[in-house]
Amino acid sequence: MFRNQYDSDVTVWSPQGRLHQVEYAMEAVKLGTTTVGLKNRSIAVLVALSKPTSEVSVSQRKVIPIDDHLGISIAGITADARVLSRYLRSECLNYKHTYESTYPVSRLITNLGNKMQTTTQRYDRRPYGVGLLVAGYDEKGPHIYQVMPSANFYDCKAYSIGSRSQSARTYLESNLASFADSSNDEIIAHGIVAIKRSLPTDENQGKENAAQYDITVAIVGKGQPFKILSKEEMKKYEELASKKILPAPSPADDDDQPRPSGSGEQPDEGPRDPQVAVATEERR
Amino acid sequence: MSNLGFQQFPEYQVPGVQQADFSPYESNGGSIVAIAGDDFVVIAADTRLSSGYNIHSRDQSKLFKLSDQTVLGSTGCWADTLSLTGLLKVRMQGYEHTHLRTMATDAVAQMLSITMYNRRFFPYYVSNILAGIDKDGKGVVYSYDPIGHCERAFYRAGGTAGTLLQPVLDNQIGHKNINLSSSELPKLTIERAVAIASDTFISAAERDIYTGDSVLINIITKDGIEEKKLQLRLD
Amino acid sequence: MLNNYNGLAQPFWQNGPAPGQFYHFTGGQQQIQNLPRELTTAGPYGTQRNTARITTGSSVLGIRFDGGVMIAADTMVSYGSLSRYQSIDRVFKINEKILLGGGDDFADIQSIKRTIDQKMIADQCRADEIEMKPTELAMWLTRVLYNRRTRMNPLFIDVVVGGVNAEGKPFLGNVDLRGRFYEDFVVATGFARHLAIPLVRESKPAGREFTAEEASNLIRKCMEVLYYRDTRNTSKYTVGVCTPSGSVVEGPYKVDENWSFASTIKGY
Repeated sequence: MFRNQYDSDVTVWSPQGRLHQVEYAMEAVKLGTTTVGLKNRSIAVLVALSKPTSEVSVSQRKVIPIDDHLGISIAGITADARVLSRYLRSECLNYKHTYESTYPVSRLITNLGNKMQTTTQRYDRRPYGVGLLVAGYDEKGPHIYQVMPSANFYDCKAYSIGSRSQSARTYLESNLASFADSSNDEIIAHGIVAIKRSLPTDENQGKENAAQYDITVAIVGKGQPFKILSKEEMKKYEELASKKILPAPSPADDDDQPRPSGSGEQPDEGPRDPQVAVATEERR
Repeated sequence: MSNLGFQQFPEYQVPGVQQADFSPYESNGGSIVAIAGDDFVVIAADTRLSSGYNIHSRDQSKLFKLSDQTVLGSTGCWADTLSLTGLLKVRMQGYEHTHLRTMATDAVAQMLSITMYNRRFFPYYVSNILAGIDKDGKGVVYSYDPIGHCERAFYRAGGTAGTLLQPVLDNQIGHKNINLSSSELPKLTIERAVAIASDTFISAAERDIYTGDSVLINIITKDGIEEKKLQLRLD
Repeated sequence: MLNNYNGLAQPFWQNGPAPGQFYHFTGGQQQIQNLPRELTTAGPYGTQRNTARITTGSSVLGIRFDGGVMIAADTMVSYGSLSRYQSIDRVFKINEKILLGGGDDFADIQSIKRTIDQKMIADQCRADEIEMKPTELAMWLTRVLYNRRTRMNPLFIDVVVGGVNAEGKPFLGNVDLRGRFYEDFVVATGFARHLAIPLVRESKPAGREFTAEEASNLIRKCMEVLYYRDTRNTSKYTVGVCTPSGSVVEGPYKVDENWSFASTIKGY
């Protein structure tokens, strides 16, 4: 099934200047379960939703530790994420062995972006079908990066990717101003609330259904190596989050398409590179 | 090409220039003592880093924390020690990533042996003693020769004063050549192990010029690692 | 022959081209086989490596103080017993956070300095305000020098690395030709190991670091002693100072020499 005649290969341009194969790869990210990344001044938090593929299986791992100062959460093709995480791990380990210090997050992500870009420019490759949220801590403080199959990456204040992530993004957007000054407990609770927004509405309300989703939380920060929180530690934050729960999202938000938020009408329908809907760190 | 070698140009040989062959090895001194008990293990190493009559540092730890349950003491050629421990740390992190658990003491012991034997014909010139808590929660000591022979033991001394200290441990911990019935023998507690380790180092500092300055003692139990420091003579 | 694209790919036919030999694919693997030259060019009896120092610098002295580090070295580079070059700086500013003092073979120092400078340029080109820290440089040097010694082709250098780390914490260490690395409040190479270290150690106040003034006075005193007693020393020296506000190499200074006592010495 073709959408048009210009999508037969990654290296084929459409007359509009688009690479359809790359844009299709972006769709793979939206098939994965939601994951949220956000940060305050001292820690970065990843929250991931996972769902067992069948009743007899346990859910896939959504959060992958890379090094003591860095971890990722994924949405999309898990197998591709495994390859990327192996690359990130070996890069971090090499760096640590040579310099006995941690890989600066921005440089690692730049190199990862360069690696991913090559797949979008060669006829014998395909783009990675996975989106990553990277949480890291280095001398410049905590970071959340979003990396997409198009090999674009953004340094974000908070972001969410995956299916129904727009609802989580909406929550992040409306609370963005308070994140930087939040306490560590609060920022984790914000993350949990955000991800609960992305649950299908029935599962958000119906207690029995909601249980089949697992929420994983991981944190990294100053003096805090990357850590996936245990079930016991989660309890406290779940409680905190349940106090924060605001009225359920309006049905209009239950949409994967970016919201037409102020910036005017969209000239062309169909998938495109995500405009970062929340907010990115300003470049100096 | 060898006909362009340095020897072919005698006029380039400057009087006063050292022509000694390069030796890749150097002994930087230091001693380690490790004593294992039922549910603990004590490992101690001095902090003097020297070569010949030079003392480079009086405060160089020779104990490497590999995990919450395992500590490696390594002396000999310091450059080799740094290289070896650097490699071990990389391998242990790799293990943790692939197997999702921290390497057990027994596994570290085996890996260390193999890593050292990999350099069988250009060995790491180091005296290693590995101390930790094993799978059953018991204290254990592994000792190595430079090419990777590994032996499990309960107490061991190594490094430049190793030969001085081992007989003392044989007597005090192993109760060799003691004419007492087993009921009269003192029980090995953490306090006794630390006291004996400290005493051996005080004695070693008297007789071995490469051991001294201070001694770092790590006490490993299932709850973690406690560190102690004891001043030794500085001469 | 191995090609850049895929080291494992066999040629299509004997002595023919291998896949990827004529076309460079974007992002293809770079040069899989990149063996050091001494392993690929063999003479009939193996290879001859450099086994001697030719032009040498003598002492370097580094002292750590409460707000940073100071590294000093005289400006002499000798050729055997000849005082060949008398005005060469051996203390280098690597970046705003790192100083490097080089002792032993000066050609090898220059060689490694070129490599380090290239790394600093690479750092600056990224324009991400991340600078290399002194601990990182020291560890990198340790790995490089250890690799060279393991290949029995050492760089005959003995360097002092100093500076301030990310939190403004002073760092001072020494790396030698075998890749031996250690950190201390005073480190030295050459004759300063014997003459300067004891002087600095005995004036170390218990329980606190030196102040900048104490460190500077000690440097002056030690350089004087070294000038009087080390034959491969000159009276000029430079001092590098690194604090959280940046690093700078000052001098050359002159040792406050006084030979008036010489006329009183008789009988030699």
